[in-house]
Amino acid sequence: MRDRFARFVALLLTLGLLLAGALAANAQGNTQAYESALAKFAGDSFNDTDEGIAGVAASGNPLAERVITALQDGRLLFNPDDKKIYIRLGEGALLEAAAGKPVAGAAPAGLKQVRINNRLRRSIEAALGGLTLLAPDPRKRLEAAQAVFKSRDANQLATLDTALAKESDPRVKRALAAARAAVILGIADAKEADKLEAVGILRDRADLDSRAVLSALPANQPASVQRAVADALTAIDDWLAVWNVAQNFWYGISLGSVLLLAAIGLAITFGVMGVINMAHGEMVMLGAYTTFVVQELIRAKAPWLFDYSLAIAIPLAFLVAALVGIAIERGVIQFLYGRPLETLLATWGISLILQQAVRTTFGPTNREVGAPHFMSGAFQLGGLTITWNRMWIIVFAGLILMALLAVLRFTTLGLQMRAVTQNRRMASSMAINTGKIDALTFALGSGIAGLAGVALSQIDNVSPNLGQGYIIDSFLVVVFGGVGNLWGTLVGALSLGVANKFLEPYAGAVLGKIALLVLVILFIQKRPRGLFALRGRAVDA
Amino acid sequence: MITRRLLEAPDARGWIFLATLAFAAVVVPALNLLVPPSSPFHVPTSMVALWGKYLCYALLALSLDLVWGYCGILSLGHGAFFALGGYAMGMYMMRQIGTRGVYAHPYLPDFMVFLNWKELPFYWYGFDWFPYAALMILLVPGALAFVFGWFAFRSRVTGVYLSIITQALTYALMLGFFRNNFGFGGNNGLTDFKDILGFNVQSAHTRASLFALSAIALALGYLVAQAVVRSKAGKVLIAVRDEESRTRFLGYRVENYKTCVFTLSACMAAVAGALYVPQVGIINPSEFAPANSIEYVIWVAVGGRGTLIGAAIGAVLVNYAKTTFTTGLLAPYWLFVLGALFVLVTIFLPKGIFGLLSNRLPRLRGNGAPAPRSAAQPAE
Repeated sequence: MRDRFARFVALLLTLGLLLAGALAANAQGNTQAYESALAKFAGDSFNDTDEGIAGVAASGNPLAERVITALQDGRLLFNPDDKKIYIRLGEGALLEAAAGKPVAGAAPAGLKQVRINNRLRRSIEAALGGLTLLAPDPRKRLEAAQAVFKSRDANQLATLDTALAKESDPRVKRALAAARAAVILGIADAKEADKLEAVGILRDRADLDSRAVLSALPANQPASVQRAVADALTAIDDWLAVWNVAQNFWYGISLGSVLLLAAIGLAITFGVMGVINMAHGEMVMLGAYTTFVVQELIRAKAPWLFDYSLAIAIPLAFLVAALVGIAIERGVIQFLYGRPLETLLATWGISLILQQAVRTTFGPTNREVGAPHFMSGAFQLGGLTITWNRMWIIVFAGLILMALLAVLRFTTLGLQMRAVTQNRRMASSMAINTGKIDALTFALGSGIAGLAGVALSQIDNVSPNLGQGYIIDSFLVVVFGGVGNLWGTLVGALSLGVANKFLEPYAGAVLGKIALLVLVILFIQKRPRGLFALRGRAVDA
Repeated sequence: MITRRLLEAPDARGWIFLATLAFAAVVVPALNLLVPPSSPFHVPTSMVALWGKYLCYALLALSLDLVWGYCGILSLGHGAFFALGGYAMGMYMMRQIGTRGVYAHPYLPDFMVFLNWKELPFYWYGFDWFPYAALMILLVPGALAFVFGWFAFRSRVTGVYLSIITQALTYALMLGFFRNNFGFGGNNGLTDFKDILGFNVQSAHTRASLFALSAIALALGYLVAQAVVRSKAGKVLIAVRDEESRTRFLGYRVENYKTCVFTLSACMAAVAGALYVPQVGIINPSEFAPANSIEYVIWVAVGGRGTLIGAAIGAVLVNYAKTTFTTGLLAPYWLFVLGALFVLVTIFLPKGIFGLLSNRLPRLRGNGAPAPRSAAQPAE
């Protein structure tokens, strides 16, 4: 009942507004509409006030916003005798609303406040929303257009039309057109041609909100509109499906880059040296905690450096992890070469010790690592939402991979590392100090894990268990990609990441992960040496 | 014939081990039940349950030693078989609760009522009946190990690759069992047990019997494992451990030997799990955690890889140390100790405590299994 009434009022208003819009051609009419609407406030009835709000808002008069804001704040007064409207400005000062001039001298006696109720408050908010459609700031106009699109308030139609006619910014114009389309579809007896046009606009917009508007349309539409809506829904669904695939792909790449970061150091120690380093995850954790310490120091001593904290943390994390790596290699692993299973156990022990050491030093709870300015926020790319931190992590992972490939390919250390990997005894005969190379290789792998920790501190909880969460995944990546091949690690990380994100919508996060584990287990049966296996004599070593 | 085989297998040290177990199985329950609490010889019930738990761990370590020490399969997923056996036993005991649950539902366990389930899932059928549950305790982990081993060993997944995928296996199971809709109680697992075979699980008599049963299971497990490693097939297993390719070239079907011993070991681990659950009163998905499975390996390493008895002793020693550490002021340092154990044992005690001792002691009857070949050369 109330609904129908509201719609009736809306219709009346729309008609009135259309009339008002026609009159708005000249300034005289504009002022007249404003004044006659203003006069309604003096009626002291809620219905009159409601009409007044709509009228004032539609008049386009520069005072409109002040009047309505005043009404909202209970500062709009009227004189029951001569029906004049005043705005109270503050300590007794009054503004005559019709002319916009301050009242000189004493205030007229017997002023009453224009009363409002909840229904009117809603009207006020809608009207203010409509008014900002005409705001000079395009960002505000865009927001207002989006708000109208969501509220689908029929009262805004006239303002929308005015705004559309004036609009020059293409983005705002698109938003306004979409809002207008949504509003028109909400009006029961709008013209068929208008509705068809509106459906077309929403169809081109093709996002979830447009889909919601179209699918919520009441059934009593003309046949042509219904057909158009059905077509538009299919078109939007197809379009959304495409973007959905793209978004999943993006998430997959993002997860893949995280896996790559975690696994790439392992690809060095495990892939190149054949050492199973179960403490690898703890190197990542040490990197993350280094970032934490650096940020704490900066917060305490030099807050203006905060945006550079990650840049400072990167070399330090590399150093810390690399030094711990050298200590592990010289202290434990060098005694266990050729006994991979024992190495596995010993490094697991080291990982327990490191975890507990960090837990004793920093406490067992999560530590907060802040994001510098450039890493927070997100941007929109077509139908994709891309957060900056994920974006930078992908870039970072790519850079590390490139740098590592360059080190292996072009430096003396890289050459010696490859020589020791291929044939230890021969390398030794060529006067390469294999022990030193082992230590350096291990330091390099660990240092890269430390770098991964800097990146992961931005997206994961920095706790003593940080590394544990990545160790199994990183081993799977290295084994899946093929041992001793960095490109294999890249392909392995990306394909596991993407596969994981594509399985998730069908199976849920946990089942997707289980499915992936099972798939990798089955894959290893098929190709026990991974995707890009080393061939030749090295295989059975 | 089988009995003769079993009884011929142990050497002198084995007999000492078996005698100790038999002694414990009789004397500990007796001291608990017959001696009054005021006497200095009385063994408190909590102690009985604790040592019963150690014995289950010892059986688990024994099963791991059978595959790792004698066949070179480093399984980092033995916790999966242990926990599956435990879950099967837990399911049986859940069914024994009947209407005495918090919700007093006529046939559904509490957690299913809580999750608003109407029907018992089909895989819970039959667990009311102990013989079926007992069969499942062996069958489910055994079948999993058989299928897993069949695929893994046939495609010659060896060494660390195998270790990593066994770890992935138990990790996947853990993730699965954590889910509520898997039908095994999710996060909380199965608990609040009341009866086992009609006896109250809390009572001292049941505890004592479970302790004795654990001791007997450990003794039987030892006899079976010893018989296996002493048999001709056992020699092939050792050959596989030391030189897999060469054994294959000699014409042995390596994968068949490995699959068989892996399945047998999984069944032993499952029995350990099944005896463990009524004594601790709970089974939950954290038993599947990969970290636990690695810890089991260190028990074997501490005690002595490839010695069977050593593995059992290692399990008891490490767990005794763990209990001592984690219940006192030293609790924060336990992980340092455990970590140090991993490092020191692998570097300095490749044969474990038992290996160290047997070098000192004269051999009583010289037919012990050869110790694992230690190849401390760099990888090539």
